[in-house]
Amino acid sequence: MIARLLAIAIAEFRIQTRNRWLASATVLMLLFALALTFAGSAPTGTLGVDLLTVAVASMTTLAVYLAPFLALMIAFDAVAGEAERGTLGLTLTYPLSRGEMLLGKFTAHLAVLAIAITLGLGAAGLAAWLAGGAGTESARALARLIATSILLGASFLALGYAASALSGSGAAAAGLAVGLWLVLVVLYDLGLLGALVFDQGGDFTKHIFPWLLAANPADAFRLWNVAGSQEVALISGMAGAGKALPGWAAPLSLFLWPVLALVLARAAFARVEP
Amino acid sequence: MTDRDTALTIAGLDKSYGRTPVLEGITIHLAPGERVALLGHNGAGKSTLIRLILGLTHPGAGTIRVVGHAPGSAAARAATAYLPEQVAFHKSLTGREQLTTFARLAGEHPRTVAPLLERVGLIDAADRRIGTYSKGMRQRLGLAQALLGRRRVALLDEPTSGLDPISRHDLYAVVDEMAANGTALLIASHALTELEARTDRIAIMAKGRLVADDSLVNLARAAALPTRIRLTARDGTADAVQAELGGDRKNGRTVELHCTTDQKMAQLARISALGDAVRDIEMVPPSLEDLYRHYCAELRP
Repeated sequence: MIARLLAIAIAEFRIQTRNRWLASATVLMLLFALALTFAGSAPTGTLGVDLLTVAVASMTTLAVYLAPFLALMIAFDAVAGEAERGTLGLTLTYPLSRGEMLLGKFTAHLAVLAIAITLGLGAAGLAAWLAGGAGTESARALARLIATSILLGASFLALGYAASALSGSGAAAAGLAVGLWLVLVVLYDLGLLGALVFDQGGDFTKHIFPWLLAANPADAFRLWNVAGSQEVALISGMAGAGKALPGWAAPLSLFLWPVLALVLARAAFARVEP
Repeated sequence: MTDRDTALTIAGLDKSYGRTPVLEGITIHLAPGERVALLGHNGAGKSTLIRLILGLTHPGAGTIRVVGHAPGSAAARAATAYLPEQVAFHKSLTGREQLTTFARLAGEHPRTVAPLLERVGLIDAADRRIGTYSKGMRQRLGLAQALLGRRRVALLDEPTSGLDPISRHDLYAVVDEMAANGTALLIASHALTELEARTDRIAIMAKGRLVADDSLVNLARAAALPTRIRLTARDGTADAVQAELGGDRKNGRTVELHCTTDQKMAQLARISALGDAVRDIEMVPPSLEDLYRHYCAELRP
């Protein structure tokens, strides 16, 4: 099983480096991270924290949009695109289970994403440290940010496969991927915000809202990073919601999402007849 | 005959898409080393049959056994080679990388790859990206992957489309080699004249049903199609020849006769009795194309 999984992973990783996804994802991540780090350096003096702390807070906001986006862009083609180009049928006539094929692709895509995120955010963090100093606390916050960004990306890779397996064509899969991103990363928060305003600090705000926040992988990612560091929380102003939840809620959500989404993708893939 | 004696067993196979029946009651067996041509118009159900054998889609009724295993099972897939009609690969991989990936999936050592690329004449292009390959080269790469491992059943869908005559010759050499190694081959094709000499058995599909499944000789006998005898008469004797033997006048000196297989010798004796009047004789047995038309026409209303 491992040999077949690796065969798919190696081929897929080569394809991703050759079609320059690895390079463009890394460059995109790096440029945005650098821009935010130095554009967001203004409040350093007033808050009395080092530049890296400020950078991590800015990059958390960035990663919540960018990591899911990059993941979906890499993943949406995985099933629908291959079926369309006719490469899927031949591959599936080999003694390779659909689960192995999915996990093989997941391994390669996650490696691409991990490299892009680590290099992009890591380089911006390094630049912030050189320019404005850093402490143990802020270095730990950066490491946490990188690790949670990769986890967040993993969730959206798997969601992208599910979208790809449910769509009849590559174009439909791309559309569904953009829709997923919009709903989970943007509209979900807007909906919650609306509900908060309507509720005016009642039971919903106190008891249900924090759990709904943790249930969304993008918000769980924010919560975890904020809860991990007092200083990041201070800057991002998200400390309130995190306090109402047990410490394990956000990490559990972020670890569960990739697994659940992969199960969903596998079920959707089972129905594909190439 | 048990499942172990046949490479491929198909019995009572039905398949429909929605309410449209695509295959009805297909029953066919392939013995190890047998080369069977699968003929039929576009839409006759050939590709659907192949997809069912591969386990890529599921039948409505009936059974398929690939060396005794259910289609789509790991054992059946390990035993089956497949060359799709429009073979496609990842264009940013090189031929060697793509074939190595398939070798790993088939559980073969990557060192089996280079000899295979050599075998299909792609070794010089092995490290170029598949995106730069011609259609013929992609077809050769497709053939190379079908040769990976020890397959018991090979399904070739229009294997000669897009190949030049030399490549076609190479392809049939590979087919013969596989058959000699005990692989049962099912070859779906339109290239009737090529298949005639290259297969042991002919299966003809029309409108989702198998209308013929036998050797060329037996099919010709069953169809009772006439052998054409074309006589070239000496100048001025054509009328006399036609008066004696009957048949149709084609032009000033050619007479064409039709006769069944068992009348052939008697007819030849009558011709030789004419002595000098006949200058040349040409016998044309019914071709695969004639048979194909005959068996497909039986189904027409």
